[in-house]
This record gives sequence, structure tokens and C-alpha cells, in this order.
Amino acid sequence: MLKISDLRVAVDGKTILNGLSLEVGTGEVHAIMGPNGSGKSTLANVVAGRDGYEVLGGTVEFKGKDLLDLDPEVRAHEGVFLAFQYPVEIPGVANIALLKEGLNAARRYRGEPELDALDFLKLVREKIKLVEMKEEFLYRSVNEGFSGGEKKRNEIFQMAMLEPSLSLLDETDSGLDIDALKIVAGGVNSLRSQDRSVILVTHYQRLLDYIVPDYVHVLAEGRIVQSGDKDLALKLEAEGYGWIEESAGAAA
Amino acid sequence: MNTSVKELGDLVGRDYKEGFVTDIESDTLPPGLDESVVRFLSANKSEPQFVLDWRLDAFRRWQEMDQPDWAHVHYAPIDYQGISYYSAPKRDEDRPQSLDEVDPKLLETYEKLGIPLEEQKALAGVAVDAVFDSVSVATTFKDKLAKVGVIFCPLSEALINHPDLVRKYLGSVVPATDNFYAALNSAVFTEGSFVYIPKGVRCPMELSTYFRINALNTGQFERTLIVADEGSYVSYLEGCTAPMRDENQLHAAVVELVALKDAEIKYSTVQNWYPGDEEGRGGIYNFVTKRGACRGENAKISWTQVETGSAITWKYPSVLLEGNGSVGEFYSVALTNNCQQADTGTKMIHIGEDTSSTIISKGISAGRGQNAYRGLVKVLKGAKNARNYSQCDSLLMGDRCGAHTFPYVEVKNPTATIEHEASTSKIGEDQLFYCRQRGLAEEDAVSMIVNGFCKEVFRELPMEFAVEAQKLLGISLEGAVG
Repeated sequence: MLKISDLRVAVDGKTILNGLSLEVGTGEVHAIMGPNGSGKSTLANVVAGRDGYEVLGGTVEFKGKDLLDLDPEVRAHEGVFLAFQYPVEIPGVANIALLKEGLNAARRYRGEPELDALDFLKLVREKIKLVEMKEEFLYRSVNEGFSGGEKKRNEIFQMAMLEPSLSLLDETDSGLDIDALKIVAGGVNSLRSQDRSVILVTHYQRLLDYIVPDYVHVLAEGRIVQSGDKDLALKLEAEGYGWIEESAGAAA
Repeated sequence: MNTSVKELGDLVGRDYKEGFVTDIESDTLPPGLDESVVRFLSANKSEPQFVLDWRLDAFRRWQEMDQPDWAHVHYAPIDYQGISYYSAPKRDEDRPQSLDEVDPKLLETYEKLGIPLEEQKALAGVAVDAVFDSVSVATTFKDKLAKVGVIFCPLSEALINHPDLVRKYLGSVVPATDNFYAALNSAVFTEGSFVYIPKGVRCPMELSTYFRINALNTGQFERTLIVADEGSYVSYLEGCTAPMRDENQLHAAVVELVALKDAEIKYSTVQNWYPGDEEGRGGIYNFVTKRGACRGENAKISWTQVETGSAITWKYPSVLLEGNGSVGEFYSVALTNNCQQADTGTKMIHIGEDTSSTIISKGISAGRGQNAYRGLVKVLKGAKNARNYSQCDSLLMGDRCGAHTFPYVEVKNPTATIEHEASTSKIGEDQLFYCRQRGLAEEDAVSMIVNGFCKEVFRELPMEFAVEAQKLLGISLEGAVG
């Protein structure tokens, strides 16, 4: 599904990712953990195609295509979804209007007919239940006046609507209380399937109690320094990131 | 793939779509302005003596006035002697009685603009009084309006057929000497519309006029007067486009609205006159005086404007809230791109008790555009319990444009409630990326964000106009995606 090789990325002239390699197979859930400033969010943003990141070297392949060559919307149409760490407010634009445009743009890209209003609404009503959001949220401006938890649930709702083959969740758990965390995790789990992959970017192990990953990677100094299964996350929780940073420093 | 602030600037650059010149022979006065020109204009329309006297008085006063220089706009001095003050389509004598008789070239012009009269007739039951340069050439739906007693005709016609009615109200809201441009207009106005809605009548259709500036070097000075008698209602739409020109064209219109007791006037404008090229050459100077008076209890006047054109806009649709309980509203979207400059806003003058006003202003600046909101909320001593709510939002696209806000508040009665909110935001690269990540192409994302920003204003526009307004913003904002 996704193959990142020796990726090097700079922001404002400062190297953030320094030879990162990662392979995510179809149907797998990967967790990327690491201390603040290790490059976790950079990774998610570069894959999704955000501006302001200078790719110095390396490749990112998605379903055999060179992802770095594609506009962000084309990446979205190809099935890349980013759940934002800080979902953006767009005053005056109804949540449902943005979703409908996005969904139909992807359908056009794939040569499928656009959903008519009725079918679209049917899909919306089905998916919104996953995140336990009220229907009134659909008609409010995108994220405007939403609480932190509502914003994150809205991200998961959009993800459920767009049915991406690769979902990147950028610190979706941060700032959530336990109830909201469970709802978000439930939404993600319901999307788990043989043909969908998920990358969870997180600082804390807590989310992984609810979304159990197939693999856990530790990111430090712009590279993956350790990989393992869910037990690695537990070890990090117990011992902190200090030992990783030391060993990464020693290796560098 | 590296969309930056610079490329955002490119996003808004696009050729002016309405740039074409209709090839109709014109009767045009040679450039220059003196008393003989004023007399010619009046005689040409066979105006009653009082109008000529009024024009001459305005002209004499205008000669003693100075061009205002307080607005946040910059331009070379205007040579008022270099302008021709009259231009009319050749066949003035035999005016067409129906659309079939209208010069096909004129209809073609409208079709290029996407506003064919034929289609409009069928479309929305809109009565159209089309002003082509200075003479009205087509008026529709007159019968239907006449049945309910509504008068909707060229001002020149009203001066002859309804002189007393016009005399009672002409210049009563915007006096001839109100300001430099209003005085000029009063002296040399050539065309415009007159509307009278009788007592208790709800005008059965939206009234519309399309103005078009066409002849080279011809200033257009329309004058519109709308009177809504007690308990009546009218919605009036004004739309403007002009073909591409190299030289600046002066446009100094006056619009007067009078709403009597319990009457309501809704006045909507969509303006996309030629804004000049990317370097600021050419384009319309739009110096307009628009004012309404709520002259009775519970009268209501609502201005809605979408301004995307003109090189320079100097325009403050205002409301004099004289009657107790009267209501004034101003909803505005002003977009400046390239070298466009806009200094626009409103004045709400609270005179009666329990009067209220609402101001929603949305300024969008792109390219090197400069957008200023200038507003005055004035509460006079006798205006007990006056209320005002003002909201001024600015949206910046790119880093070479500017947004400026000049809100003035003068309150002389302690029971007044005045609220003012202002915000300035940049069209976020974050917002753009968010929309694109959800699958929207960059142009669609910009259009969606800008339309969202303007939503509170667009929803005040009549349906067909809202669609046109959105299209216009799209035209101004899409195009050069890098």
C-alpha cells in the first residue's frame, strides 16, 4: 500500500525527517510514536501533500504511484486521508457541503457517477451514527464553534464518509476525554478491513488500548529507530522516550 | 506543487470577461462642461423648467466645490472638461416598442453578458428597464405594473408624465449640493429610473435595471429615485457591467430612496464594471451617492451590494432613520484585485426613537487591491433606544493587498446600544489544504471559502442575483492556478 524509502524532509531549511523508511501493507494498522519534535506530524503532512515541506530526497510510493508527484486533492482521490491534529475552521461553509464536494470529486476522479442528494443523505445518516454526532453538525460551518472533541469526531466522520484506503491520524487522541476517545476509536475500528490501512501518529499509548496496532514504530531524530508490536508501546509508556533517544543518539 | 502566498496571488488574476465594445453609432456631445451643456441636456429631454433651474443651480454650486480627498484611494486628477456629458444610441427618435424592435447588436451585448432580456423575461418575471449608455431602450412588464398602479419608467419620462411626484422627492434625500459628485450628477444627469409604489401595494415583481457604460470617454450620470408610499414594498435590483476600455471612465450616480410609514425598500446591486488591467490601467471610477430616508414609522430600507468591479469605488449607501421604529440595513461584499481600490461603507443616521440598524461588511482583498470600510453610526439626541450592530470582516488573499477599517460612531443619546465587531483573516493556506485534502481542487476550494465568507450577505440577495454574485466572485477568483 505505502512504501516510504529514505525520506528526507526539511522545514524552513531545518532537516526534520532524516532517512525515514516505512512500509505499510494492505489492511495493516501502524502506530508511529515518538517524543515531541521527532517528526511525527511532518511525516503525516508530507504524505498528505501539505505545502511548506521541502523533500530533500527519498521516495513515497502509494499503490505503486509516486505520491510526491501528486497534488493533495489527487492524493485524496487516490485514497489518502489525513485526520488533522488541528482541524481547520471554515466560516460559512456547511460541513455537509464540503463533504459532498469532496466525495463527488473523488467519484468523478474514479469515473463513478456523483451521488445524488438522496443517496448522499442516506450515506451521511448511516456514517454519522458511528461517531455519535447529531445531524445538526452537518449543517453547521466546518468546525466553527466545535469543541475539541467534536472537531476530532468530525474528522473521523469525514474519514468514514470518504472511505480512504490509507488513513493517517495525526494525534487524533490529543485533547480527548475518555468517552470521546472511545467514540473515535470505535469509528476507526469499524473502518478496519482487509483493504484499508491506518497510520496512527500519537504521543501516548492510551489510544492503542482501543485501537490495537499490528505494528508500533518509534520515531526519533527523523528516523524510525525501533519497530515492534503493541508491546513496544507499553514499554514506551512505562519507560518513557529517554532510552530511545539515547540509543538513537549513540547510533547517529 | 508548492502553492505559496505568491501563487495565491495568481489565483485571483484573470482576464475581464465582459470586455467587448458594441458597435452602435452614437450621438455624442463634444467633451467639455459649461452651462450650455446643462441646458442642452435639459432641452434634449424636454424637461420642465423646474428641472433646468435645479440643474443650473447645482452646476453653479458644483463649480465652487472641491473634489473630496479624504477617501483611502489614489488616482490622477480628473479633467472634467475632457469628458463628454451626453451619448445616446443613434435611433433615439423611433424607440423600440418591444424587444423585437431592439437593435440586435444591443441584445447581442446582453447575451455576451449572459443576461439576455428574452430569457430574463421568462425566467423570473423581472421587469427590465435597460439603460444602454444614456437612453432607455427597452422596458418590459409595464402593463402588469400599471395594473397595480406601480410607476416604473425612465426618470426623463417621469419628469414629463409625473412632474409633481418627482418634484416632491427629487433631491429631497440627496440634495444637489450634498457633495461634489452629487452636485455634478444633479447638473448633468442623463438617465436613470423612477419608481413609485402606491400605498399598500406590494410590488408584484422584482424590478431591475442594467446599466452599461459603452461610448468611449463618456461619463454616465444616472439618477434613480424610488418612492415607496405607506405600507408598500418593493425589491429593486441593479446590475452593471461595462466593456473593456483603456481610458478611465467616470461614473457618478445618485440613488435616492424614500420609504414612508410601514413601507419597505430592498435595494440590491451587483457591480462588475471594468476594473482596469493588472497594472491598473483603465477601469471605471465609481463615485456614487446612495441614500435612503425612512420617512415614517416602521419604515425599512435595506441595501445589499456586491462590488467586484471598478478601478476605484467610492460609495456609501446610507439610511436616514427619521421615523420612529424605522430600520436600516447594509450588507456588502467588496472585492478588490490587482490594482483596484475600494473605499466603501455606510452611514446610519438614527434620528427617530427605537430605530435600529445592521451593518454587515465583507471586504476581500487580493493582488495589490486596497479595500477600506468606512462607516458612520450616528445617534442624534432625540433617538431614544437606538440600536446598531456592525460587523466588518476582511479577508486577505496574498501578502500585497490591504484591508482598512474606519468605523466612526457618534452617539448623543445615552440609551443607545451600539455593537461593533471586526475581524481580519487571511485566506488560510491551512483552510485551502484542508479542503484539498478532502478532495476539492484548489479553485473550488478558494471559491468555497470565499463564498462561505460572504454567505451572510449573499443570503440577502434575491435568488437569481445570488447566483450571479457567486458566479462573479468565481470569475474574479478562479483562473490562474499555478
